[in-house]
Amino acid sequence: MNITLKVWRQKGPNQVGAMETHKMTEVSGDMSFLEMMDVLNGNLIREGKEPFAFDHDCREGICGSCSMFINGEAHGPGRNVTTCQLHMRSFKDGETIHVEPWRSAAFPVIKDLSVDRSSFDRIIQAGGYVSVNTSGETIDANAIPIPKHDADQAFDAATCIGCGACVATCKNSSAMLFVSAKVSQLSLLPQGKPESKQRVIRMVDQMDLEGFGNCTNTGACEVECPKGISITNIARMNRAFLSSNLTSK
Amino acid sequence: MALTGLFLCLFLVGHLLGNLQLFVGGEEGRVAFNNYAQFMTTNPLVKVLSYLTYAGVLFHIVDGFVLTIQNRKARPVKYVVEKGNLNSSWASRNMAVLGTILLVFLVSHMQSFWYVMHFGEIEIIDGVKDLHSVTMDFFNPAINNLAAVMTGLYVFAMLSMSFHLNHGFQSAFQTMGVNHPKYTPVINFVGKAFSILIPAGFASLPIYLFIIQS
Amino acid sequence: MLDSRIPEGPLAEKWNTHKDNIRLVNPANKRDIDIIVVGTGLAGSSAAASLAELGYNVKSLCFQDSPRRAHSIAAQGGINASKNYQNDGDSVYRLFYDTVKGGDYRSREANVHRLAEVSSNIIDQCVAQGVPFAREYGGLLDNRSFGGVQVSRTFYAKGQTGQQLLLGAYSALSRQISKGKVEMLNRHEMMEVVKVDGKARGIIARNLVTGEIERHSAHAVVLCTGGYGNAFYLSTNAMGSNVSAAWKAHKQGSFFANPCFTQIHPTCIPVSGHYQSKLTLMSESLRNDGRIWVPKSKDDVEAILNGSKLPTDLKEEERDYYLERRYPAFGNLVPRDVASRAAKERCDAGFGVNKTGHAVYLDFASAFVRYGKTEALTRGIQNPSDETIVELGREVIKSKYGNLFDMYKQITDDNPYETPMMIYPAVHYTMGGLWVDYNLMTTVPGLFAAGEANFSDHGANRLGASALMQGLADGYFVLPYTIGDYLADDIRTGKISTETQEFDAAEKKVKDEIQALISNNGDTPVDDFHRRLGLIMWEKCGMARNEKDLKQAIAEIQELRKEFHSNVLVPGSENAFNPELEKATRLADFLELGEAMCLDALTRAESCGGHFREESQTPDGEALRDDENYTFVSAWEYTGTPSEAKLHKEDLIYDNIELKQRSYK
Repeated sequence: MNITLKVWRQKGPNQVGAMETHKMTEVSGDMSFLEMMDVLNGNLIREGKEPFAFDHDCREGICGSCSMFINGEAHGPGRNVTTCQLHMRSFKDGETIHVEPWRSAAFPVIKDLSVDRSSFDRIIQAGGYVSVNTSGETIDANAIPIPKHDADQAFDAATCIGCGACVATCKNSSAMLFVSAKVSQLSLLPQGKPESKQRVIRMVDQMDLEGFGNCTNTGACEVECPKGISITNIARMNRAFLSSNLTSK
Repeated sequence: MALTGLFLCLFLVGHLLGNLQLFVGGEEGRVAFNNYAQFMTTNPLVKVLSYLTYAGVLFHIVDGFVLTIQNRKARPVKYVVEKGNLNSSWASRNMAVLGTILLVFLVSHMQSFWYVMHFGEIEIIDGVKDLHSVTMDFFNPAINNLAAVMTGLYVFAMLSMSFHLNHGFQSAFQTMGVNHPKYTPVINFVGKAFSILIPAGFASLPIYLFIIQS
Repeated sequence: MLDSRIPEGPLAEKWNTHKDNIRLVNPANKRDIDIIVVGTGLAGSSAAASLAELGYNVKSLCFQDSPRRAHSIAAQGGINASKNYQNDGDSVYRLFYDTVKGGDYRSREANVHRLAEVSSNIIDQCVAQGVPFAREYGGLLDNRSFGGVQVSRTFYAKGQTGQQLLLGAYSALSRQISKGKVEMLNRHEMMEVVKVDGKARGIIARNLVTGEIERHSAHAVVLCTGGYGNAFYLSTNAMGSNVSAAWKAHKQGSFFANPCFTQIHPTCIPVSGHYQSKLTLMSESLRNDGRIWVPKSKDDVEAILNGSKLPTDLKEEERDYYLERRYPAFGNLVPRDVASRAAKERCDAGFGVNKTGHAVYLDFASAFVRYGKTEALTRGIQNPSDETIVELGREVIKSKYGNLFDMYKQITDDNPYETPMMIYPAVHYTMGGLWVDYNLMTTVPGLFAAGEANFSDHGANRLGASALMQGLADGYFVLPYTIGDYLADDIRTGKISTETQEFDAAEKKVKDEIQALISNNGDTPVDDFHRRLGLIMWEKCGMARNEKDLKQAIAEIQELRKEFHSNVLVPGSENAFNPELEKATRLADFLELGEAMCLDALTRAESCGGHFREESQTPDGEALRDDENYTFVSAWEYTGTPSEAKLHKEDLIYDNIELKQRSYK
């Protein structure tokens, strides 16, 4: 099939960017979106032009590197898929496809479609861990039984791949889904409970410091999240944040 | 936003219940309504409540403005193509717009009634300010040239309020951390009902008053 | 020459004895010692976090935009540990034995035993960190069984075990970053090892965002840089996975061990077009319930290809369940190397079922019926119809493998609930890597290698769910001890200066290499060369190898390398974010490694594990090991040209295990 691509071109972080148009022919429906971008880049290189920079790595939907805003949606059309798992058969012959980077003050553009998501790392560094040394000499793994339901819920929250689609798709660039997924995972498990009060406050403070917007509960994040993480986690974090704030000394 | 919003929802209920007295016709209705208005402006407990409401409204507005500004700053470069309709409701994405409409309405509404009641020239019958006539006249095309327009605007404002509440009601619970597989559907149902019934109740009055007087 | 420094004493006591006698660095002195850890996968993150906890100053690098994205994240199935929670007879010894046997007797006894010993601690540690492993209704940890062993010792978190373990290690790392004990450098790639007086004393790194070439000094350097499966271009590895750090170390004097030992995983989604950039694994666990087959007659193959027949039209007797036919004892659950070769044999014989001729069926139809019947009984459905049974069976399969089935559908647009999956083997893991001694130190003093980047634990074939175990064992529990033995000499060394001749020279070399690539006036993009290298490797150094092909491959790779350096086109600038340049520098190393792999495969004229030499097979086509002549580790010393590397042999001594020819008949 033939498609027209309008792709964001931006030289560097503080430069002004613009959409650039390219025609693609003989696109196979079995190509992943990134493979289509590979072909485009190959063509550009052969023409002596610069290819588009974009982040990608595992190409099987788990590393969270890929990050494209395609036709007005994070990771493009389709639910529960990352850009690398999106296939060209999701588009129609002759369609015009807009490709943009994640847009958020907290995710500055590095180049073209590639953005800096280290703000997510800093939020985790603010408290997204259990303070236990890696000696291995902790208690036996089965010493504390964890109800299967809690373990499953913690797992569901833990499947977040940190891609940033929630921020990209939120009209306020809020990172609440990302932060709440980690807060939930750790607060649902007995191992994470001792630190849960400080954790939620520190992580939320760091999130605000990074310049993410506020959650207005539009629910868009949960729809566009490639891992289907639920906004129940946001409510859980709100609850924890409120009670931690009210009861902290 | 959530706390003040829910508090204002309570105010809406109270306000609507009072207003519904306008459906009572004749002299009996006029006296009852005016006495009610007198009570609402003089009773010390109501006074405290009303100051709380003013504070709530003010906080809701200021907070809304601050959040909106922060949220805009969080995305300095806008998307060329953005399809929010595929993942969220229109109301949820336009709370600020809806809120601003309600703010404009609020100012105009208070000027028409609250200001007149407190500071305007208003007839006093049996020692009670005749707010009832002010209200009737406001929607009477024979007296107020703009009665039809006003009725339309009031209905429009209530429509905005309906959308505002439609998202706001259940959103407030989510913000306060109330999300539970058993209870959330109930909250959502109540929210939907609330967002339809309350504005509909409010809007029915201008329409009714306009129709019976034209 | 090669001293593996295996401690004396009985096997089961070696590690404890070693720990008791190893030299330590006291806490005050640790503060004066710098360590660089390259890579943030399971081994890298866990090593960096543990070393920082001990008190060392750690610098950690990853080429990804966040340490959390290292490719360990993609591991699906699980992690082994000899907890024996199931009371099915598991023990440290059994895990040790299974791993050595699974590795076809080409791994080092002492290392594997240590791995089995610490495996239990890994699970305790991860649970303490908040890793949400699968649990049973009673609240205790669940286990499942994995390829080729007789006990259930695999801990798992659905099909995302690697992700959960990596996020656990990443959280430990993040904690140390927040304390300032680890300086984290995202989007940085190691370009060179810097040696001072024969010891590794730092690295040259490239800031991938700005292009800046940076000098970093340390008292020791740890490489946790993963495997090199991308030498084949198409593999289940991430796009960025590369050999460069290990290869640079090799060129600086670290021996490279068993480079030809590559694991080819039997159940991957087949190649669908020439634009394909990577292959996707379908977890080994699917072989528990799926049956692998091709049509018995070529007419049926033809009919399927031209669309006149569907695979579901073929009757039982028209299908060749070749694994069940050839290996009645293990059937579809033979080890990975055996299953892969059998698929290749059928496809080479012309029975491949897709347009490329490289695909076989993985069929769940009988599992639907089997599970459906049980399900009908448990639900008390009387005389269920065939449709009901299949429907119920599908639900059971969905609960077990739903995410894999969805992924398959997403990629191929075929519904695996309706029609059998098509699969084909693909490169997955490399058992070879930098040669290390018992302390995980390479032949360059002060240069360590952990995780998939070293060679030590998996021999010629890795068992399922053992890669995660090894990465975390090395990083959490082995390296933090053993590195002290080396660093004990460095407590008075003081800060290593980067303003020395050695750093000058290394930086210049890196800059020259980059300059040569970027200013090359070629006309061919990097990927074209990579694809061609991949094709040579896959066809001549893939699932089956022979002397003639390997010799030819060496010549072809040399030719391709020459062409690459004269004709590659790298757009953009070296002083900016330039993904094409990254690819080019990595490919330059793959083009040398490929040759070394072929040389190694050529030298090892036996079949063992994933390495199958056509010259060394039994009359019925099974792999034939040659213990008399090849019970050694090939450790190659770089001499200037990869195919002229010098071979050093580390003899493998089996005191505790009797060597046997594997049989799955």
